[in-house]
Amino acid sequence: MTDITVNTLAAAPRSSAWSRGYAHFRYVMTSNPVTLLAFVMLAAMILIAVFGPLLVPHDPLATAADKALKPPSLQHWFGTDQLGRDVFSRVIVATRLDLLISVSAVALSFFVGVAMGACAGYWGGWFDKLSGRLLDTIMAFPLFVLAMGIVAAAGNTIQNIVIATAIINLPFYARVARAEVSIRRNAGFVQAARLSGNTELRILIEKILPNTLPPMMVQLSLNMGWAILNAAGLSFIGLGVRPPTAEWGIMVAEGANYIVSGEWWLALFPGAALMLAVFTFNLLGDGLRDLVDPQRRT
Amino acid sequence: MSTHLHNQLHNPSLLAVRDLCVEFATRKGPVTAVRAVNLQVAKGETLGIVGESGSGKSVTSYAVMRILDRAGRIVSGGIEFGGMQLHGADEATMSDLRGREISMIFQNPRAALNPIRPVGKQIEDVLIRHAQATHDQAKAKAIEALEKVRIRDAAKRYHAYPFELSGGMCQRVVIAIALACRPQLLIADEPTTGLDVTTQKAVMELVRELTRSEGMSTLLITHDLGLAGEYCDRIVVMEKGEVVEQQDTKGLFTAPAHPYTRRLIRSTPHSAATIRDLLPDDLRTPLPPAVAVSEEPLLEVKDLVKVFEAPSSFIQRLRGRRESGYRAVDGISFSIARGESVGLVGESGCGKSTTSAMVMRLLDSSSGSIRFKGHELTAVSAAQFARTPQRRELQMVFQDPHESLNPRATAAQSIADPLRRLEGMTDGAAIRARVEELAAQVGLPLELLDRLPHQLSGGQKARVGIARAISTKPELLILDEPTAALDVSVQAVVLNLLADLKAQSGMSYLFVSHDLEVVRLLCDRVIVMRAGSIVEEGPTAQVLSNPQAEYTRELLSAIPRPAHLPGHGAQAALVVGAGAA
Repeated sequence: MTDITVNTLAAAPRSSAWSRGYAHFRYVMTSNPVTLLAFVMLAAMILIAVFGPLLVPHDPLATAADKALKPPSLQHWFGTDQLGRDVFSRVIVATRLDLLISVSAVALSFFVGVAMGACAGYWGGWFDKLSGRLLDTIMAFPLFVLAMGIVAAAGNTIQNIVIATAIINLPFYARVARAEVSIRRNAGFVQAARLSGNTELRILIEKILPNTLPPMMVQLSLNMGWAILNAAGLSFIGLGVRPPTAEWGIMVAEGANYIVSGEWWLALFPGAALMLAVFTFNLLGDGLRDLVDPQRRT
Repeated sequence: MSTHLHNQLHNPSLLAVRDLCVEFATRKGPVTAVRAVNLQVAKGETLGIVGESGSGKSVTSYAVMRILDRAGRIVSGGIEFGGMQLHGADEATMSDLRGREISMIFQNPRAALNPIRPVGKQIEDVLIRHAQATHDQAKAKAIEALEKVRIRDAAKRYHAYPFELSGGMCQRVVIAIALACRPQLLIADEPTTGLDVTTQKAVMELVRELTRSEGMSTLLITHDLGLAGEYCDRIVVMEKGEVVEQQDTKGLFTAPAHPYTRRLIRSTPHSAATIRDLLPDDLRTPLPPAVAVSEEPLLEVKDLVKVFEAPSSFIQRLRGRRESGYRAVDGISFSIARGESVGLVGESGCGKSTTSAMVMRLLDSSSGSIRFKGHELTAVSAAQFARTPQRRELQMVFQDPHESLNPRATAAQSIADPLRRLEGMTDGAAIRARVEELAAQVGLPLELLDRLPHQLSGGQKARVGIARAISTKPELLILDEPTAALDVSVQAVVLNLLADLKAQSGMSYLFVSHDLEVVRLLCDRVIVMRAGSIVEEGPTAQVLSNPQAEYTRELLSAIPRPAHLPGHGAQAALVVGAGAA
């Protein structure tokens, strides 16, 4: 089949890398409406995270005893909580913190995991054996319990939540990277790169790693969703972010107490925001992979 | 089914394809892969479909089997098999037909077999699926089928997994599966591509014998005109999705009507041709003057050995016992003079690629010496060799032009890589200028330089690989089957390019190949290897016309040579006349 597709490539005029990149981006977006939806939702989330605190109608931390537990209204779109704080403002402001925790945790585990996995896959030997057993050990624990343990032991700070989340996600990146690198370490283009005088480190970083990006992107976006859930989960059980900071997990935890008495809006709206965020990242995976896969370009 | 069989009395052709059009949905809209193809296969006939990649020959056969992938669809036309209309048949009918009435063997036999199921069981599955055997007798019948394709120790091989068998053995198993239900039509899609010539001969003769004794028809799809000429009664030539010519085999070779057929016949290497004869008239230039071969040896290899250690178990290591390793290269010695091109020939597993990897310093040798311009190369380990000054003088063109290019690097980036690393060039404009100069030298259009490998054709990728290899002006270039993955017409152009480059720069070539006809065209001297040792060595003309070793004779006789191909009899003059007309 490849023969046919190759023959049909139009002799496109030479154009800059940017415009070709943009054309490819547009193709990926238009060919799959789900991807387009995911990217629009992501863009909205990033905008809210950046500008949200400037736009909210109320101070997310300002309490007002006379307005406690009011249902959604025109003035308070998502109602107010037990201290009279505006739930809408708190949900919006919390976006920045939740995204920040998950993005930095995922970035940390991505870089450390890829570095570990790539070295193990490329050189093998004792490092491969050692890192493999280390990752097995991490995976032997129920991951959330491990994260709880780390945060409880290291102290209840945002920094420790990030580190704990990064550690429990480490094995996924390391394993994908190891597998993807080891199948390519003696590929023809790698041999050719050796003949061209590239050092082994340069071959690994410049030639092999970029080719492992497509499957890593799928892993990355799935993990973003998990990382948000994990951070919120830690806050929910009382570890991590502390009240009165606006954070989706704590808001769900606090609101949960009021559901029985009929004040459903306290838990529902932050929960919905959490769900939307995870949903966005899960949808994003295939689109990201298509974007970084050169074979998808024409 | 039996009513359909009766229909054949009125309709002599078993398979009739009428005005077949197949389209593929692509990003740039629908693409017609097969356009108005008409062909018939009579009962008991062997029909060859010959064409280069992209000619639609495989798509035609997939359409007959109705196994086009999801993007492809039959737009119009009819396929009639034994009186049945296949183009409109539902999936249930087709799946009943496949394997029982029409069977197919594929290019890569190992990929066509289930890797985790013993081969005998896989034959049983087909027999039971098509109610040719009950569970009780399936095993006996499967062993019988294995015996029929002449697998020795069939009862033992019944339990073998595909990875335990050689490529030729796997193809025999695939044939056994295909023929297990005695189909009326066998479609063989490049059945021997990737197999050694001697294996190819054994497999093709087996197919011919079995289909003849069973009265089957065969549709042989191949890019190799020589193979089709030897084994087919009639040949259909396809180009760009259309049938350009169909004739009986003798007529096709002696009086080809279509210019494309003539070009194809001309590009097929044979013993009487010079390297320029392979090219179409308009591209032909005078042969480059022969490069003076100096006495001084450029490369001297002495007693080179490579042993791959067998993995030893923990217990064995405790007892201090190690299994003796596999000697892939077993003490070979040869030399290459400055300006000489030497062919290294042998079948898969003979150690020729291991030898070239050791000379290229991609692999450490176990013992022996490799001297290049007086320097002992084995003194530096393969891992460190990138930093030595000899790196830029020893370069290589790889077998698979696609796999040897980084999928994320444009053609220009791939060619520039050695310039940056080995020549120490850093100025972007200077690098670009040198890359364009190299592209011009290998005949790569400049506008293709910014394309990624998957946007280039096979021949264009081969040129990128060659441009990269010669960018540092090496003195010794190893060519590892540089044309094995290319169409014959592209092969002709690439071989001529290599000959011209050698004439311009005076490089030495070590040409690793399994194809003696190609070696004949390009090499001054030839070395024949078998099982890690050299069995024969000498000037090309002498070795090929008067082989001394039994193995060389076997290799030469296994090359398919249709009696009608030029250089094989009185018809030679006729074809040259027709080609020039």
